[in-house]
Amino acid sequence: MALLEIRDLNVRFATNDGEVKAVNGINLDVEPGDSLGIVGESGSGKSQLSFALMGLLAKNGRASGSVKFDGQEILNAAPKVLNKIRAEKIAMIFQDPMTSLNPYMRVADQMAEVLTLHKGMSKRDAVAESVRMLDAVKIPDAQGRIRLYPHEFSGGMRQRVMIAMALLCRPQLLIADEPTTALDVTVQAQIMQLLAELQREFGMAMILITHDLGVIAGSAERVAVMYGGRIRESAPVGPIFADPTHPYTQGLLATIPRVDQEGDELSAIPGSPPNMNHPPAGCAFEPRCPYRLARCAGEDPVLDLFDADRARACFATVADVRARRETVILSADEPAAAEAVEEAPEGDLPVEIIAGAGMAGTDSEVKQ
Amino acid sequence: MFGYILRRLAVAIPTLLLLIIFSFLLMHAAPGGPFTGERSLPPQVLANLEAKYGLDDPLLVQLWNYLKSVVLHFDFGPSFVYPDLTVNKLIADGFPITMTYGFLAFALAAVVGIALGSAAAIRHNTWLDYLAVGTAIGAQVLPNFVMAPILVLIFTLWFKWLPGGGWSFSDPSFWVMPVVALGTSYMASVARITRSSMLEVLSSNHIRTARAKGMPESRVILRHALKPALLPVISYLGPVFVSMITGSVVIDIYFSTGGIGRAFVDSALNRDYAVMMGVTILVGALTILFNLIVDILYAWIDPKIRY
Repeated sequence: MALLEIRDLNVRFATNDGEVKAVNGINLDVEPGDSLGIVGESGSGKSQLSFALMGLLAKNGRASGSVKFDGQEILNAAPKVLNKIRAEKIAMIFQDPMTSLNPYMRVADQMAEVLTLHKGMSKRDAVAESVRMLDAVKIPDAQGRIRLYPHEFSGGMRQRVMIAMALLCRPQLLIADEPTTALDVTVQAQIMQLLAELQREFGMAMILITHDLGVIAGSAERVAVMYGGRIRESAPVGPIFADPTHPYTQGLLATIPRVDQEGDELSAIPGSPPNMNHPPAGCAFEPRCPYRLARCAGEDPVLDLFDADRARACFATVADVRARRETVILSADEPAAAEAVEEAPEGDLPVEIIAGAGMAGTDSEVKQ
Repeated sequence: MFGYILRRLAVAIPTLLLLIIFSFLLMHAAPGGPFTGERSLPPQVLANLEAKYGLDDPLLVQLWNYLKSVVLHFDFGPSFVYPDLTVNKLIADGFPITMTYGFLAFALAAVVGIALGSAAAIRHNTWLDYLAVGTAIGAQVLPNFVMAPILVLIFTLWFKWLPGGGWSFSDPSFWVMPVVALGTSYMASVARITRSSMLEVLSSNHIRTARAKGMPESRVILRHALKPALLPVISYLGPVFVSMITGSVVIDIYFSTGGIGRAFVDSALNRDYAVMMGVTILVGALTILFNLIVDILYAWIDPKIRY
């Protein structure tokens, strides 16, 4: 049995402009110790998916479907049930550590309250344990700094505090929602490395939500690519980068700047994400898709396994998407950049450098 | 922090001095005086009166003498209109009454307003929210000079539960209507400010974090949301406290409570220079004091504010 089992998860928001279908029919499994990356651009529904799991949706949000944690249904569970699971079994860290930590409380107080509440510790023991956890996330002089307020820490240190606070109860699952987005690039790499170490050390599963493929490449084992509230492609991390079979995944990869790219312009996927108040009848990516077929506008493809552990939701055949990859990507690029890619000496320069990531080793496959 | 408070108190002294000088000069710059009435006095009587109160001295000498008596002897002088009354006595008699019902009205406005506003925000868009907002708007559009006679009509004339006026320190039934009449509209403002501020705080990121930590909702609100939600309320309440314990002329007139609110207005109408000055200095000092208290509370709540 999977640690986390998401079945047909939908999230809807009631707004003045009508219903927003933020998350649609998501199925996902997370095994103990697993690390799953969910990637997608702003508005793809990835954060709302994670809020729905934790029961943290805004008041106008409604989730339906089923989310089982350790066999127990937690979607729309009573607050008492959820509060037993939050922080203790599933912990969460958020995008902006300045506003996500309580700016009006000392770090000691906000950390210790987790332990006094969930573990029934005395304040004194809870603070001592919090200091140990701050040590574990490599905050220098944790004993002294725990008395400070969040604004007295730097951005990276604040996110470390956030991580330490999330890990206090040794959760089985950590959901990291854009953990490095608000940080600068060098700090991003440190935080991702720290998360990877802690994940191993604590043996917990992790769901990493990000729009940054570099972060995914370095830290996730499996990747789900979301667009328009649905998963469009799901596969182990290697194939996602080396052999993307969904037009949207291909498009995302093509937007990563390369070190050998000439010219000032960055490439982008043409068009903009769908308005989820009035989602398209067919595939949400259809208007922006270079592979679109006649049926794409009227019919939304379902996510189907096409290999042992790889699934995609697309009417264009795998063979077609693979075959046209180079031309489609290059035509979206600047001509100068396209030439540069072709002329790049094999093996000398990594063709794909991914900012802040530890994994750039798939370049030889990328070029095929 | 302690140094800051001392510095602020030190700045308060020149501020008060300037206040005294300006109001003294302004008061004398206006035409007329305490002894100009509808029936003009014989010139000799007027001259004698002015000599008695020192009004025949040059203005700057008068100011100097006034400052000396205030600063050195804490003596605000005799009333010009009521010959056997001193300003010190007038304030000593009236201020405790004003303080009592003013403070109670303040407490009513703060406690009920904050509770009502928070409840409305927590139960946003439910019947409780609509009820609270409706009550607040109703209470706010009802000025206290309308509220006071309505209260008297209901509780004194119809039900005969409460005395319709007067004041007694030993009988709280005299306090009820002044407190309610004075506090209600402020209570409504506090409720509305609390509600919107609480709504904003409840949708902020750190509240989501508190929920993600498995905190029960009551703890989320009391420990994480209330303090930041109170910041705008506190900056509103500081000046409100001053206006409550001073600007209660309507209450003093309707309920004959004998507070200093009435003295303030009467003194202005009668040109009772000494009383006007005395009450102005009192209000000025209280305003400075409560602005300081607001700033201290701010720093206590928001650790990013350091002086």
